[in-house]
Amino acid sequence: MIYLDNAATSVRPRAVIDKWTYMSSQCNANIHRAVYGLAIESTTEYESARDAVRGFIGAGSREEIIFTSGTTESINLLAFSFGEAYVREGDEIVVTEAEHHSNIVPWQMMCARKGASIKVLGVDERGRLRLPELESLLTPRTRLVCVAQISNVLGIKNPLKEIVNICHSKGCPVFVDGAQGIVHERVNVTESDCDFYAFSGHKMYAAPGTGVLYGKKRFLEEMPPYMGGGEMIKSVSFSGTSYAPLPMKFEAGTRNFAGVPSFKPAIEWMSDKYDSDREIVTYMTEALKSDGRITLYGDPEDLADKAPLFSFTVKGAHHEDLALILDKMGIAVRSGQMCAEPLMDRYGVSGMVRASFGPENTPEEAAEFMKCLDRAIKMLV
Amino acid sequence: MTLEQAKRQVVEEFSFFDEWLDKYEYLIGLGKELEPYPESDKTDDRLIKGCQSRVWLDWKMEGGLLLFRADSDALITKGIISLLLRVYSGRTPSEIAEDDFSLVDRIGLRANLSPTRANGLVSMIATIRAAAKDNV
Ligand SMILES: Cc1ncc(COP(=O)(O)O)c(C=O)c1O
Repeated sequence: MIYLDNAATSVRPRAVIDKWTYMSSQCNANIHRAVYGLAIESTTEYESARDAVRGFIGAGSREEIIFTSGTTESINLLAFSFGEAYVREGDEIVVTEAEHHSNIVPWQMMCARKGASIKVLGVDERGRLRLPELESLLTPRTRLVCVAQISNVLGIKNPLKEIVNICHSKGCPVFVDGAQGIVHERVNVTESDCDFYAFSGHKMYAAPGTGVLYGKKRFLEEMPPYMGGGEMIKSVSFSGTSYAPLPMKFEAGTRNFAGVPSFKPAIEWMSDKYDSDREIVTYMTEALKSDGRITLYGDPEDLADKAPLFSFTVKGAHHEDLALILDKMGIAVRSGQMCAEPLMDRYGVSGMVRASFGPENTPEEAAEFMKCLDRAIKMLV
Repeated sequence: MTLEQAKRQVVEEFSFFDEWLDKYEYLIGLGKELEPYPESDKTDDRLIKGCQSRVWLDWKMEGGLLLFRADSDALITKGIISLLLRVYSGRTPSEIAEDDFSLVDRIGLRANLSPTRANGLVSMIATIRAAAKDNV
């Protein structure tokens, strides 16, 4: 089988599976609580994953790294706690048209609660953010701008530094959804100066059910907790409860202590994989664009800005039919709205087919995909 | 031909192909030949939920028989619709209501569909069954 759904979840390397298995079978003890040796070992594994993640994304301090169950939980946490601290009636949140539902719905929920509203930054025909319009969207009531580093549909590396500069010049903080971005670009949150950054373990070769929210300390300290219970407290009594310091304040309940330590081997494994995808990106972009039957969405001028993630439609052929046929040819691709309905509406389509490549995919597989796609189209049109 | 005979015929036709790709090719052929469905009847109340593709299903009673019409924007789904209509359209409501609706399992379609797609198929069958029950 040729697996081309890496953007949905990555193929985990041996070292990750080994660590994850080890934690489940040999090092099974709940973290942060007990004093016996095994509990100390599992706590050390968990906490050293925090150090590894901190170094990996260039955060200033380990207290700024919060473990969650994934990007979606990270964004829900942020939307709730940021909303409680900073958002009032009449305020505004900016999101882009290319966001995953996970970076839309939590903001809608928070805005509904707070009486705030959402403003949308559009994308152009080629899938590029309409950056010149960003500045005019920012008003004194804008509390946060939420943008994906790389859209899971368009696969374009957005200019983070530029976005952050525009927003900061207007005094507005920025949240970056790095679910896809962390896989295809080296990230440094200190350099890009974004205020919040989220990603999922399972898309970057670590265990499923793990994720990260990075936030600048000055915000995290002011924000109230998202969930209560477990080790997120300093003291509890019926006359009042005080919260633990960062990062524990945001880590209520038993976290995924078997999965989180797998961040370390995942990070080690992926650090030399960046840019190994250039040949496939060039080949796939050319192949899809030169075929008159196919429309490719997400087509930056400079191929250096394209991740190996290709969403397209075929004239006269339904995305679901194409995906079903490709499956029987031994190729796994994604089809449908891809959790980005507003973007589907933007392009006036009911869905797309997406082929997303990982470091294990070869140029031969890309060529085989194009051959099978051609056969599938001929069956349908 | 009884409903049971029509079902058996479909199962037999389907078992003629060993390869799933050939079965799809066959369904696509059926889908392309499906009787046209009026655009004006592609309304939300006729739309069936649970499919990645959209399905519209409509029925009416005529001379004591239930007549179904349906359409989809995807061809393989249209092929499946064509099979269902061949078996169920133009039968009495009680004949349909008594059926066990095992067709989809017997041709191995359910096992080969993702749960969301199978859900669409299940909703399609549920609509056929409900129409029959309402008219018995
Ligand atoms: C850009 C983007 N944001 C958010 C998510 C949600 O990630 P998860 O389902 O791991 O929470 C995804 C996953 O598809 C994504 O691609």
